[in-house]
Amino acid sequence: MSKRTIIPFGPQHPVLPEPIHLDLVVEDEKVIEAIPSIGFIHRGLEKLVEKKDFIDYVYVAERICGICSAIHGQTYCQAVEEVMNIAVPERALYLRTIWGELSRVHSHLLWLGLMADGFGFEALFMHCWRLRETVLDMIEETTGGRVIFGSCKVGGVRKDIDKPTLERIVAKLNGMEKEIKEVTDVFIVDRSVKHRTVGVGVLSKQDAYELGAVGPTMRASGINQDMRKLGYAAYKQLKFEPIVETAGDSYSRCVVRIKEIFQSIDLIRQAAVQLPEGPIDVKVTGTPSGEFFARTEQPRGEVIYYLKANGTRFLQRLRVRTPTFANIPALVKLLQGCELADVPILALTIDPCISCTER
Amino acid sequence: MIFSMSKTVLSSLFSKPSTRLYPITQRVPFKNTRGKIEIDIAACTFCGLCSKKCPTSAITVTRADKKWEINRLQCLACDYCVLVCPKKCLTMENAYTTPAVATSKDSFKVARVPDNTADSKDS
Ligand code: SF4
Ligand code: SF4
Repeated sequence: MSKRTIIPFGPQHPVLPEPIHLDLVVEDEKVIEAIPSIGFIHRGLEKLVEKKDFIDYVYVAERICGICSAIHGQTYCQAVEEVMNIAVPERALYLRTIWGELSRVHSHLLWLGLMADGFGFEALFMHCWRLRETVLDMIEETTGGRVIFGSCKVGGVRKDIDKPTLERIVAKLNGMEKEIKEVTDVFIVDRSVKHRTVGVGVLSKQDAYELGAVGPTMRASGINQDMRKLGYAAYKQLKFEPIVETAGDSYSRCVVRIKEIFQSIDLIRQAAVQLPEGPIDVKVTGTPSGEFFARTEQPRGEVIYYLKANGTRFLQRLRVRTPTFANIPALVKLLQGCELADVPILALTIDPCISCTER
Repeated sequence: MIFSMSKTVLSSLFSKPSTRLYPITQRVPFKNTRGKIEIDIAACTFCGLCSKKCPTSAITVTRADKKWEINRLQCLACDYCVLVCPKKCLTMENAYTTPAVATSKDSFKVARVPDNTADSKDS
C-alpha cells in the first residue's frame, strides 16, 4: 500500500477564487477523502437583522451574494410579504421574474467562463464573459447596478421597465441566442473539453438524493426538482420544464447549465409578452409577526429563507440556507476517488459560492 | 470534433474588439446607473434620516455644525438615502467615484457662517 499524504487545497487557490479549504487525503495521485472547512469570511449578516429595520434589510439581503443578488432580495421580500399578508401587484411579480432570469443567464455564463478557465481554455473563457457583459448591460440599464440589482423591495419592485426597453432587451436576447449556442457548443462537442468532463466526478442519483444536493448539481444526477415549479412570482403562468440529465458527471452538470441559459431566455420572452400593466408596488404598513420559510430557485440551486418576526420593526431571527451549503456534502462525495488534477474542475462543477454560504 | 471554436475565433479576428481602450475611451453610463451620491447642501435640513436609514452608516450628519459627511468607500450606492430624504436634496449621479487608495470623507457644510450672537433668532 502506498503512503497517504494530505494536500491542502485553498482557501487561496489559482483556479478557485472562493475561500474554501479542503484537506485532500491522497494516495499516489488518487484522492481518498476530502475534508472541507469553511468559515474564512463569515460576516454575521444573519445577526444584523436584529439591528436593521425589516424594510431596510433588503439591501443587506441583496448583498449576501454578488451573483444571485436579485433572487436573494426577492426571496427575502417574499418571506416578509408572506408573513405580513401583502398582495404584491402582478406586474411586480413579472418584473421580479424577468430580473431573476436575467441573473440566471449571467450567472451561468460566468460559470461557463470560469469552467473554461479552469481547464485552461482562455479564449473560450473570454467569449463566455463577452456574452455575459451584454447581459450585464441589460441589467444595468434597467436597474442601475451591474450585479447588485437593488430593484426589489417589500411590497413590490422599485423600478419599472418600459415597453420599448423590454422589447429591445428581448430582441437582443433573441439575437444573442445564436452566439451563445456557438460558444456553448464547444462545451458540448469539443473533444478536448469532453475529455476533462465526461465520466469525471459521477454523483449517482441515490447519492444526490441522500446528500441533499440542490440545483443543477442535483438535476444533472437525474432528479427532477426545480423550485420554480412551486409557482412563486410569475412562474405559475409561464411554461417550462425542469432540465434533467441522468449521467451525473461533470459533463451533465455543464449541459444542464447550458440548457438552462436557453430556458431562461425563453422564460424572459414569455414574461415579456404576458407582462400586465398596473402598479409596481403597494404601500407597506404595520410590522410583521409570525414565521415563514421561503424557497426559491437560484442559479446554483434552492435557497431557503427562514424568518421569524415578533411584531416589532426588527426581525427576531433570519436563517439563510444557500445552495452551495447544501452542495458541499455532494462535492465531498464526488471528490472521493478522483484524480488530484481533477479536483479544481470538480470543485467548480458545483458552482460554489462560498461567500454567500458564509453570509 | 476538434475545430468547434474556429468560427467564433475567425469572426472575432475580423470584428472590432469587444473591449475599450480605457482610459482613452470611457464607458458612457446608463441613465439608471447608480454611481455616486451628490447633495444639494442648501436644501438639506440636517434631519439625519439619510444617515439613520443608510445600510452601511456611510453618512454622518452633524446638526449643530450643519455638516453632512459621506464616506465614499463605505457607501455601496444603494440609492436608499435618495429615496428617504424628505427634502429630496440627495441625487444619485451616474458617474462612479474616482478610484481611491485611502478612505475619504467628503463633507459639505452650509456656506453661510452661522450668526453666533446671543440674540440671533434665525439659525
Ligand atoms: S435626509 Fe435629506 S434633509 Fe435629512 S439630513 Fe439627509 S440629506 Fe439632509
Ligand atoms: S447610497 Fe446607500 S450606502 Fe450610500 S450613502 Fe446612500 S443609503 Fe448609504
